[in-house]
Amino acid sequence: MKLHRLLLAPSLGTILIFMALPIALTTLYSVLTPAQHGGVIWQPSGEAYVRLMFERDIFDDTLSFNADYLQILGRSALQAGFATILCLLIGLPTAWFIATRPPAQKSLWLMLVTVPYWVNLLVRTIALLLMLRDEGPINGALQSMGLTDGPLPLAYNNFAIGLGLVSSFLPFMILPLYAAIERFDFSLLEAAYDLHASRWQAVWSVILPILRPGLIAGGLLVFIPGIGSYLAPDILGGGKTLMLGNLIGMQFQGSRNWPFGAALSTVLMSVTLIALILVARRAAREAA
Amino acid sequence: MQDHGDACRLTGLGRTYGRGASAHHALGGIDLAIRANEFFTLLGPSGCGKTTLLRLIAGFDQPTVGEIAIFGRNVAGMPPEDRPVNTVFQHYALFPHLTVAENVGFALRMLGRPRTEIAATVARMVELVGLEGMEKRRPDQLSGGQKQRVALARALAPGPKILLLDEPLSALDAKLRQRMRSELKALQRETGITFVFVTHDQDEALAMSDRIAVMQGGKVQQLGRPEEIYEAPANRFVADFIGGANLIPARMGPEGAVAEGLGTIPATGTGGAEVTLAIRPERLAILPAGGHQPGDLGPLTVAERIYMGNELSFRLEGAAVPLHVTLPRGGLRGALDFAPGDRVALRPEAGAIRLLAS
Ligand SMILES: Nc1ncnc2c1ncn2[C@@H]1O[C@H](COP(=O)(O)OP(=O)(O)OP(=O)(O)O)[C@@H](O)[C@H]1O
Ligand SMILES: [Mg+2]
Repeated sequence: MKLHRLLLAPSLGTILIFMALPIALTTLYSVLTPAQHGGVIWQPSGEAYVRLMFERDIFDDTLSFNADYLQILGRSALQAGFATILCLLIGLPTAWFIATRPPAQKSLWLMLVTVPYWVNLLVRTIALLLMLRDEGPINGALQSMGLTDGPLPLAYNNFAIGLGLVSSFLPFMILPLYAAIERFDFSLLEAAYDLHASRWQAVWSVILPILRPGLIAGGLLVFIPGIGSYLAPDILGGGKTLMLGNLIGMQFQGSRNWPFGAALSTVLMSVTLIALILVARRAAREAA
Repeated sequence: MQDHGDACRLTGLGRTYGRGASAHHALGGIDLAIRANEFFTLLGPSGCGKTTLLRLIAGFDQPTVGEIAIFGRNVAGMPPEDRPVNTVFQHYALFPHLTVAENVGFALRMLGRPRTEIAATVARMVELVGLEGMEKRRPDQLSGGQKQRVALARALAPGPKILLLDEPLSALDAKLRQRMRSELKALQRETGITFVFVTHDQDEALAMSDRIAVMQGGKVQQLGRPEEIYEAPANRFVADFIGGANLIPARMGPEGAVAEGLGTIPATGTGGAEVTLAIRPERLAILPAGGHQPGDLGPLTVAERIYMGNELSFRLEGAAVPLHVTLPRGGLRGALDFAPGDRVALRPEAGAIRLLAS
């Protein structure tokens, strides 16, 4: 064995122990039977997957279609999708601004983008909740200025969850976009104008297509953690609207149905993986 | 003000970067009238402001002072996409995500022309630059020369009245550059489009241009036909930059200009004035020092013999500055040869010596 292969050992070991094994274990748990007080009984069962779409009658064991869980999945995807689009609309101009600063200023701006990460996510989410509360500073200011009569319902709803997602994941959009814009050859923009493109045409026909790898990377980095996010729905949504992350969390806590929680995780992982493969395939086809 | 003879008229044009103490005058006091259907070349060393001038004409940059008129119309404040001008960029700037055909058709698509017209024009342009069969390729699948042709076809497709070319041949190897020179020149004649061509290569400029503006330090040093520029340089810079003339310091005496180590060259001027004599290396005959005739310069000593294949060149010492003489190989003149240390004299061709104010 050559020495340079040994250099790989720590990272391979880490990936094996902390990623591959847990994923395999989760998938395995999803096809076992739940034990009474959490945990699993080592007896194969497809029940967890049946539960995703069907409800079993307690008395006669017949199955009837149940869209509750699919709805939760759809709602989570929609919520994450909105957050992704919002991050894109905010992130693209921000990344453009940073990438076009003089070199000395760039690193300062990039550091500012990462400043929120110096504070724990839980604390940040709670701080956001304090801002949005009925008695919070935003509603207080609106009322004292006489703009609203009562408090606006800012917290404990989908709006608050979306805001939470955007504020947690925005840097994941900005950084890959920044990297893409940094590599962008600005003489292409001059060429576009020279060839009679208007500003919008230049954006659509030149900038966006060339930045697409960065847009896709940023989109995935926001969407994937967004669809399974736990803290924002739990704290900012007040647990009122159930999202996928909370549903999964519940299975390992109160409901104590580990196989069902594992099955939900497996489905989420598979959906993500399929989406990734489709994106990668398309990128490969276009590069050819 | 309407003057259809001029494709592009620059009046008192200047561009200054920065301000105050750090201000840099990239261009100053440019007055030029580029005629319609002309192959016009901006020639000058690196950093003399050629690209800056092209960018002002294209509309990517705004002049600090002065005016630009394109076909009689003042274009101040007009954005690049509205000017009847297209550019072949120094590094091509082809769109990497588009095919050759899509690159060439880009401008027409932006102008919203019908599909059939775009397809027809693209086919015509691709044929014009000889890229048939490569329509589906992307820029990264092309060689340097092919990219250059795509850039050319792309800029020609919308039918510009003026084509700006920023050192379009500089990235090509010598052989291809030679061929592209003839092709570009032929293309300009066929299309009748006004070409404003930027280069720092004097051979390129002399071979292709109808007229040349020699630039230095943000100013036009001389404007004229290639022959005028070469045969009658207006100043030291032009004489040196084009063809590398021998520049010899001299002082006006009663019978002409007296140059150290060379003798007296017949000329008229104010007595005692410092002047510069400019002589092209190939307009001097070199002979053994013995048979000295009146009018010959020297005697001088051969310091170096430089063989360059198609010509033979000597560096001579004995005057105020080292002199260079170039002989074409073959023919009668080529029969003469000298070695370092030989004593020689120089016989200038009639009218070969130009007197420049110092
Ligand atoms: N954006 C800018 N800011 C400051 N100075 C500039 C800027 N652009 C050009 N200059 C300066 O203006 C001068 C002319 O530049 P320009 O690019 O026109 O030269 P050029 O003749 O095209 O040279 P080259 O043959 O190397 O391309 C140079 O001294 C350059 O440093
Ligand atoms: Mg230049």
